[in-house]
This record gives sequence, structure tokens and C-alpha cells, in this order.
Amino acid sequence: MLLKLKYDSRSVRAPVISKVAIEENALINIIEAKVEPRYGEIVVEVDDEIAERVAEKFKKYGVEVRKLTKSIEKTEKCVDCGACISVCPTGVFERGEDDRIVVNEVKCIRCGFCVGVCPLKALRLPE
Amino acid sequence: MKTVEEINEKIREGNVNVVTALEMKDIVAELGAKEAAKEVDVVTTGTFGAMCSSGAFFNFGHSDPPIKMQKVWLNDVEAYTGIAAVDAYLGVTQLSETLGMEYGGAHVIEDLVRGKEVELRATAYGTDCYPRKEIVTEISLEDVNQAVMVNPRNAYQRYRAATNSSDRVLRTYMGTLLPNFGNVTYAGVGELSPLNNDPEYRTIGVGTRIFLGGAKGYVIGEGTQHAPPFGTLMVKGNLKEMKPEYLRAATFPGYGVTLFVGIGIPIPILDENMAKATAITDDQIETVIIDFGVPRRDRPIVRKVTYAELKSGKVEINGEEVRVSPLSSYYMSKKIAEELKKMIERGEFFLTMPVERIPQKEVFKPMRQKEIKVVKSVMSSPPITISPEASIEEAAKILIENEIDHLPVVNEKGELIGIVTSWDIARAVARGKVGKVEDIMTRKVITTTMEEPIEIAARKMEQHNISALPVVDKDNRVVGVVSSEDLSKLLAR
Ligand code: SF4
Ligand code: SF4
Repeated sequence: MLLKLKYDSRSVRAPVISKVAIEENALINIIEAKVEPRYGEIVVEVDDEIAERVAEKFKKYGVEVRKLTKSIEKTEKCVDCGACISVCPTGVFERGEDDRIVVNEVKCIRCGFCVGVCPLKALRLPE
Repeated sequence: MKTVEEINEKIREGNVNVVTALEMKDIVAELGAKEAAKEVDVVTTGTFGAMCSSGAFFNFGHSDPPIKMQKVWLNDVEAYTGIAAVDAYLGVTQLSETLGMEYGGAHVIEDLVRGKEVELRATAYGTDCYPRKEIVTEISLEDVNQAVMVNPRNAYQRYRAATNSSDRVLRTYMGTLLPNFGNVTYAGVGELSPLNNDPEYRTIGVGTRIFLGGAKGYVIGEGTQHAPPFGTLMVKGNLKEMKPEYLRAATFPGYGVTLFVGIGIPIPILDENMAKATAITDDQIETVIIDFGVPRRDRPIVRKVTYAELKSGKVEINGEEVRVSPLSSYYMSKKIAEELKKMIERGEFFLTMPVERIPQKEVFKPMRQKEIKVVKSVMSSPPITISPEASIEEAAKILIENEIDHLPVVNEKGELIGIVTSWDIARAVARGKVGKVEDIMTRKVITTTMEEPIEIAARKMEQHNISALPVVDKDNRVVGVVSSEDLSKLLAR
């Protein structure tokens, strides 16, 4: 499961991820990170079974946690061109039986790259 | 042998046999071309892709008091009005003056076709017969007298596929190209594409009635840049009758606005040869993959490829498997071929023979240019360089004495190994750093060559936010330095 961590000016100075990883004995995979002196936003991936526990621990250290359960969404603006197929790092998009472009949501790691590629602006990442 | 008149008679009687180009491949494979020609009367084709060379003529009617428009904007997108008082041509790639790439001519056209109103704004110099100097109003497709789509270059028979050898992401009209041959993109729908099914242009020519944007349209000649087998068509149709589903505005990020246009062309199966032509399959349609990493007109060819390989989703480049993205919609193209088939079966669409054929041979010439200015003509040479062993102080002295800001660092063979700028030195000094040039130099240097056009050198500086480039020869030896000042003297801005 993907978790979005929001750090404030205090928590951003502490080695929170390391602490949580050690204390919960959890493997934490950083997917995306934006860290500034007074603020930070990090998306991490953890195993589904331990997600709840890990999220609680982050909260304890003053980090706001939101579960990212939603993946890439393709809207009705799509014209099934396929421009997105080759740019997605995990192969979320595929040409289906009837030549429509199908989305394998489960593979999406929310990197956001495809959003800026689709000529029809048909892709979005729900918050 | 059949004539178009005979086929039209069958359409009228309701017993015409129409199949799509995809169905035709199987029929010919099964029956052979001769039998297929007897069985099938019409083969429908379709394509739906980004066609930048598109636009529409409008006649807005006269205002009171009248205006002779000198400049006109539709939703802030400028249209060309150097043609009579209230006529204008809006090109799809023209960008909004306020929204830039977010909105352009294509969006105006889609909005109009969707029935929306757009703002019309015009200015003029005023004459005795046209005293008005400006006007702002709202118009819809219903309000204008004519709205005629005229597309100078559509329906490319085939197109060169794209890849990128450079180490940056490129944003192009061929979509987003990932670095280091990270992907391939291609346009066109191969065996379903109109011109591929009539490669000698026997039945597609001036006057051919076609499906254009959901309405009936016509071929009015070969398109611009027509160069068989990379043939193109110039087409027209009545925008007022078109459907938004088949005209979709799009933005290729970092490149600009374009319009996805839906075109379908019926091909009369006059004889065995036409049956054979329409049986063409993707593995017989060749194109090349070119390298957009080289920003020149003659981009290097990476390899030959067929549409069958491209459509498979993976091609091999330098021994590695690379993923492929189509840019044209197969789904929509098939839908157009099906839709056209139904229109003919229902007796709503009759075929025409061209009144004039389009050229089967034509070359696409490059632009005549006075000269291509290259870096060699503006660079400072011989270059002032420094050794990595020199002290920071020494470097500072050279920069000041020569009134320059960039100092390439070279080894004893004259090969480039780094660069120091006056900024690097100032920073080192401010931090009280003493030591050698190699301690503070930048090792990853962006370079140019003597033969590189100055526009490309300028774009490199712009992209990397730097103000000079060392010029290197093929052995990476520094032969000069070119600065943005040198270039700006030559680049008209
Ligand atoms: S690039 Fe956009 S329009 Fe094209 S298939 Fe992907 S989501 Fe659809
Ligand atoms: S957000 Fe990233 S992983 Fe998800 S579909 Fe888009 S490109 Fe693929």
C-alpha cells in the first residue's frame, strides 16, 4: 500500500522514516519525495499487512498520513491513442482486445509521469 | 471490371457489398483477389490521429457599422484575416495569447463544433466603407455564414517513427520521447490507412468524396509535403455538419496544440488490382525509426521497421527491446471505417471517381537557406584554457585578465575534463577555499562542436541555463569557446 506522509517544520528535521523502519521492523520503499527545510511530502510503499501499524507510528512522530488507495484514472476524454503506453514505467497501459487502451490500476505506483504526456489530458491522479 | 456508377447503382438499390479494410485482408486471403473483386464493391478505410496542418475558413458576416478586420481573435487565438473584410482562416496549431499551449485553434474548433459560443475580437484601421475600428462579440457555429474546414495536409499514408538517443526527455510532435532509446512512438494506422489501400492513387484524387470529421467532405488535391509513399491529402468539409467525436483538440506537452481528425475514405473495388491493393497488410508497410536526439533536419535513421512490428508494441534497437506507443487511435480508426461502411449500406453516401489524379511521384525538398550558421563562425579561438593542477588563484587571474567568465579545464593532451566559471571562483573565495582548479571545477560539461548550427548551441545554453559552451573536436579536444553573447549577435531576436 502507498502512504503519503506530510511533514511539518518540526517533524521534517527528525529521521522519522528510519525510526519507524527500525521500531516496526518494516521495509519502507520511498516512491516519491519532496523535502524542503520547513516542509516535506513523501510517498512510501509498505506491505498491506503492516500498513495500519506503520501509519500509526508515523502519526505518533507528528507526521500526517494519508493512504493512497486510488491509482491513475482515465477519463472519458481518452481517444485510445496509446501515447501513454510506452512512457509508464510499470506498464499500466495496454492495448486491449478491441484496440481500446486498458488500465491495469494495480500496477500504478503514482509516479505521475503519464499525466503530463497524454495529449488529451485524459489522465489524472486522484489525491 | 466495375465502374463507380455501377457501384452507386447498387448503393441505390440497397444491395452493395461493403467491407472494411480489415475485413478485406481476410476475404482476399481466402478467395484470392479475382474472386474478392467480384464479391466486394467497396472497401472502407479510416484514420484518426493528430493532424497539425488543419484549420477552417470562417465568414463572420458584417457588423454595423461594418469593419474590415485587420486582426481577429477567437477566444484569444489569432486567425489570419488577410483575405477580405470578414473572412478569416483559423489554424489548429495557433496558440491562445493568454493561455498558451493550454488552448489553441484546435480547441476553438472543437468548442464551436460542440455548439459553444466563442468570443470574437477584431481590430482594424478604418476606411470610408469600413469605418469601425474594433469589435468584441460572441459567435457560435450557427451565427457564421460559412465555416469550412480546409486542411492542407492530412491522412499521411505512413510516417516516420521516433526515438531519442539523447540523455534528456524530449517533448516533440511525436509525443514524449524517453532518454537513451527509452521508447518509440509512431503515427498512422498502417493497413487501415486510406492511402495505403490505394497506393497508386487510382481512386483517391481531386473530388473524391470522403468522411471528414463525421460529415461528408472532399479531397481537393494532394496535400502539402506529398511525397509517395509518404503521400498526403488536402481535404475540405463543412464544419457545421461535423461531430465533436471526430475532431478532438489535443496538446502535445512541450510542443503545442494540434487536432485529432477523423478521416475515412471508401475505395471502389473496380477490378482485381484494387482488390489486391486493399489486401495490403501491416508487414508490407515499411517506414523508418528516426532519432529525435539529433535536432537537425536530417535526423539519423536508427533502423527500418514495418507497421506490423510497430503495432506489436515492442521493437528492438541496439539489441534491446524498446516499448512502442502509437499516437493514432486504432479504435477510432476502426470505428470510422465501420461508420462509413454503414453510411454506404444505408444509401447515405455515394462514391465518386477523381476528376484529376494526384501525383504518384513527388519529392519533398528542404528549405532553400542562404546559409546555415555554425558555431565555428562565432566561437573564440584559440581557446583560453587551464590545467586541473593550477591553483584557484591562477584561474581567477586568467579570467580577469582576459575578461572572460568561462575557463575550460584540459589535460596535457588538450582534452576537456571540466570547466570553471567566475562564479565557481567567487564562491570558492567567499568560502575561503584554497586549492586546485580540479577541486572546484564542474566535471560534467555541456559542449558543442564547430559544425553545430548556432540555434542548437543556443538552445543547449537555454535548456541548461548556462552562458557558454566549450567547442570540442571529435577527440574531445577543446578548440574554442562560444558564449551566449557571441550567439546573440547572430541570432535575430
Ligand atoms: S495518451 Fe491519453 S488519450 Fe491516449 S490512450 Fe492514453 S489516456 Fe487515452
Ligand atoms: S502514474 Fe506513473 S505508474 Fe501510474 S500509470 Fe501513470 S506513469 Fe504509470
